[in-house]
Amino acid sequence: MSRVSPADDGVPVGRRHLPSAAQRRRAAYRRRQTTRSVLVAATSTAVLGTLLVVAVTGAPGWDRVRRSFLDPTIALDALPEVLVGLWLNVRLLVCCAVGALLLGLLIALLRTLRGPVFFPVRALAAGYTYTFRGLPLIIVLYVLTLGVPGLRLQGMPPVLVLGGLALVLTYGGYLAEVFRAGIESVHPSQLAAARSLGLTYRQTMRHVVLPQAVRRVAPPLLNDVVALQKDVGLVSLAGPIDAVRAAQIATAQSFNYTPYIVAGVLFVLLAIPLIAVTDWVTLRAARRQSGG
Amino acid sequence: MAVLTCQGVRKEFGGRVVLDGLDLTVDEHQVVALIGASGSGKSTLLRCVNLLEELDDGTITLDGEEISDPRVDPDRVRRRIGMVFQSYNLFPHLSVLENVTLAPRRVHRRARADAEAQARELLARVGLADRADAYPDRLSGGQQQRVAIVRALANSPRLMLLDEVTSALDPELVGEVLAMIRDLKADGMTMVLATHEMGFAREVADQVCFLDAGRVVEAGPPARVFGEPTQPRTRQFLRRIIEAGRL
Repeated sequence: MSRVSPADDGVPVGRRHLPSAAQRRRAAYRRRQTTRSVLVAATSTAVLGTLLVVAVTGAPGWDRVRRSFLDPTIALDALPEVLVGLWLNVRLLVCCAVGALLLGLLIALLRTLRGPVFFPVRALAAGYTYTFRGLPLIIVLYVLTLGVPGLRLQGMPPVLVLGGLALVLTYGGYLAEVFRAGIESVHPSQLAAARSLGLTYRQTMRHVVLPQAVRRVAPPLLNDVVALQKDVGLVSLAGPIDAVRAAQIATAQSFNYTPYIVAGVLFVLLAIPLIAVTDWVTLRAARRQSGG
Repeated sequence: MAVLTCQGVRKEFGGRVVLDGLDLTVDEHQVVALIGASGSGKSTLLRCVNLLEELDDGTITLDGEEISDPRVDPDRVRRRIGMVFQSYNLFPHLSVLENVTLAPRRVHRRARADAEAQARELLARVGLADRADAYPDRLSGGQQQRVAIVRALANSPRLMLLDEVTSALDPELVGEVLAMIRDLKADGMTMVLATHEMGFAREVADQVCFLDAGRVVEAGPPARVFGEPTQPRTRQFLRRIIEAGRL
């Protein structure tokens, strides 16, 4: 049988290619253009930066704002408390992200089930996504952390767990829709191919549809996790002290807003690795698609 | 004994009749070519046989068992039938080897080493041994389609359904896929192939069926159907094919 492998052929390596005069002119022109763009970008950044600094520091109220928002002594004093609070954010984020991802995947899978037997399951799953995507997180938090303990049932979990549950329920609704979009983006011909091999519906989902779906929606999933990172702090409404709440307490003690800035900076620092991972995954997905 | 029989098979899509009481019999080791214009029902028939579509009437039997009976487990039927699609439909997230071993491992519960040994042997036989660890997007169309055929063969099917398997290929890649089908015929595989390659149908088929408006209008050995068609619609179809330079 003839062997054809166009993926491998092309110009043989080893023979040196000498660019023509036209190509050298083009290359030189492109280099000049690049130099010019870099110079323009650097100049405009410097000008804009200077203008901003001058505008802010030259403002009539700048000294007062600096004292109440950017006081280094107060920042240092507040840092330990805020860091303790931030540790709570981190722990909650990890638990809630895992919980919400699992719940979202489960709900998305339930919504794809076909057949009359599964109607109640489908309806429940759809009802869940509609309810929790529509319901403000704060209301879910209040109901679960203040309302549910009020029932005074035996073995009531601590308020932190209930708050985490509120986050999982709310974000599970968003993530379920992202997963569902991924599952539906896998072409029906892939299902036909899998089923024609004798794979059952479950095997088809597990080995063919989900691996492709999850890869495709990884960037939006991570994006929701970044959003969750900011919202986990809302459990402090029910008592537990997170970074923002710790900053609020410190602010109330010193009559100075600097602790909020400290907490804000820490949040951004915490988000950077996660956002970097998201960007990297997005880029990889885009490359893979254009390469395929 | 007949491997496959279709009797009065009917399929509608939203009121449009695609298969209109179609009859077809395929004997063991026989290669049946389905020819006919686009929309004549060739692909739909293959999808019905593989239970990817539900029948609106008629019966289909495989080795004497009525598989169109709703009580029949379709997964069990599909294990005995290999299907190859026009658009290859390889799984892009799996390597060639994983594509081929998926069904043997998950459906037939064979050990990984066992399934991989069988897959490598099948791939070697069609000259793709060195591509076993490549991903589908690194293969040419012809290579992808040959992998798709190997993937179907790994299930050791009773019957192979080939749905216009060369239609998406560049002309210079068609030959390698047709050569593989020729080898399958030499091995005695029972096959039904929907095709636009009239020359190939004439060469490889034991029986040619001309489909028009969801029915088999004319059937017989290729020499007769292509040489002296009796039905006016067959003649008209073949004349158009010859005018287009495809025969």
